[in-house]
Amino acid sequence: MISKEIVIAGAGPAGLAAAIEAAKAGAKEVLVVDLNLKPGGQLFKQIHKFFGSSAHRSGTRGIDIGNQLLTEAKEYGVEIWVNSAAVGLFHDRIISIEKGLDSGEKELVNIQAQKIILATGASENVVRFKGWTLPGIMGAGAAQTMINVNRVKPGNKVVMLGSGNVGLIVSYQLMQAGCDVVALIEAAPKIGGYGVHAAKIRRAGVPIYTSHTIIEAKGTERVSEVVIAELDRSWNPIPGTEKVLEADVVTLAAGLKPISDLVRLHDLKCVYNAAFGGWVPKHDRNMESTQPGIYVVGDTTGVEEANTALEEGRLAGVAAAERLGYLTQTDASALKDDIWERLDGLRMGPFGEKRMVAKNQILAAFPECAK
Amino acid sequence: MALEECGYITREELEQFGLFPSEERFKQGPVAVIECIQEIPCNPCEAACPRNAIQIGAPITTLPMLNEKLCTGCGICIAKCPGLAIFTVDKTYSGDEATVSFPYEYVPLPVKDEIVEAVNRVGEVVCKGRIIKVLNPKAYDRTPVVTVAIEKEFADEVRSMKRK
Repeated sequence: MISKEIVIAGAGPAGLAAAIEAAKAGAKEVLVVDLNLKPGGQLFKQIHKFFGSSAHRSGTRGIDIGNQLLTEAKEYGVEIWVNSAAVGLFHDRIISIEKGLDSGEKELVNIQAQKIILATGASENVVRFKGWTLPGIMGAGAAQTMINVNRVKPGNKVVMLGSGNVGLIVSYQLMQAGCDVVALIEAAPKIGGYGVHAAKIRRAGVPIYTSHTIIEAKGTERVSEVVIAELDRSWNPIPGTEKVLEADVVTLAAGLKPISDLVRLHDLKCVYNAAFGGWVPKHDRNMESTQPGIYVVGDTTGVEEANTALEEGRLAGVAAAERLGYLTQTDASALKDDIWERLDGLRMGPFGEKRMVAKNQILAAFPECAK
Repeated sequence: MALEECGYITREELEQFGLFPSEERFKQGPVAVIECIQEIPCNPCEAACPRNAIQIGAPITTLPMLNEKLCTGCGICIAKCPGLAIFTVDKTYSGDEATVSFPYEYVPLPVKDEIVEAVNRVGEVVCKGRIIKVLNPKAYDRTPVVTVAIEKEFADEVRSMKRK
């Protein structure tokens, strides 16, 4: 068994930010492991400019933020293992990593960590309808990986299901990649994501059908037709409102749920929170879970977006460094206060409010459950 | 709100939020039209303006307000807006033409003097347009800004062009 000061599972925005903050404060053995072949999480798929504060890289494209984080991580001596999955979490902060070797083999490495930060992100939800297993039907995130990372068009005519920011943004990016987006279908009576994202695809000619759903996908080799119908107020399809759309791709953007396998392996106390996408680990204002020394950050603690993931990561990085003695309480408090101020800003307004309420519920529930 | 139900903004909504420049201002030359009416955590436009004509302040979710007296319609904010929600409109371009400048992140880009189909906020073709310029400097960070000349009567409607 080897030992490290801090081991972080997940090299997305939250994990990298945590690593950078801790290393910046002076932590020397900071290791980030990620099961993907490249670090960066979903950042390298995000070719659009991010919202947020101009003081904090907003207006910068996700892909560029990813590169900046990797440069900083390198500068501060953060070690990153790619192609390496965290497969076990044991008492006294022992974490098992299936480490990918250059030879292509895997080696199981157990690490005694002083602090562990779980930044495992979220996974896409699926929607089932008749024909949903036909080739050409995929998660919006998968389509985004195809066009923005692998530069492969998933097809030519796309029907997008779901009008949250993922559905809206990926629709836009599919058009940038040269696809036609035939329609965006949303079961709710209102568009879920930001109006500015919706406006972008509307002026590019994409119709948005609110109060509609997909009834069936048809096709032999792959999807070739999509049947949609209008929904009544009880979300039931209204007979006679069916429309047939010609499409060879259907992308599903029906929300995400936190990835909590490691969280459950070690019995971190969880709470169900619908606004955050499902079961999430409880934590305090340092992002420390109910297991001392294990921190949880980013979408693992509730599905939000990259900016909040970055800030939560920074918070845990500072808190872990403080506990390891690299920051005085005064210095750490000042850093954490700044981060919380930014987090509060990101959780304001009609879109952020629900998440602010959800986060406050989780924080309020912590003191009792920690005992 | 049309924006929430249909995905596009109407002039009425812009006026309601005080985001539609006055006719007097339009008569004086190019001016920015900020089509951002939802309180989202975003403020790069504020820092983008060299004349401090856009104000957001705190909290970061406050809607941007344009000081139309300070705005010169330079268009620097167009490429800085992550929501691609800022346009400039010049209703004084010529006797019968106005120009609209909009962000356009598609390839191929149009070229100067090309005749394109100008579209409204719903993507419908409203008229032909003539490309006046296409700016894509490094500072715009891969958000080219296209300026199209159109018949004056469509200046409040045209917000993009049909993709090629």
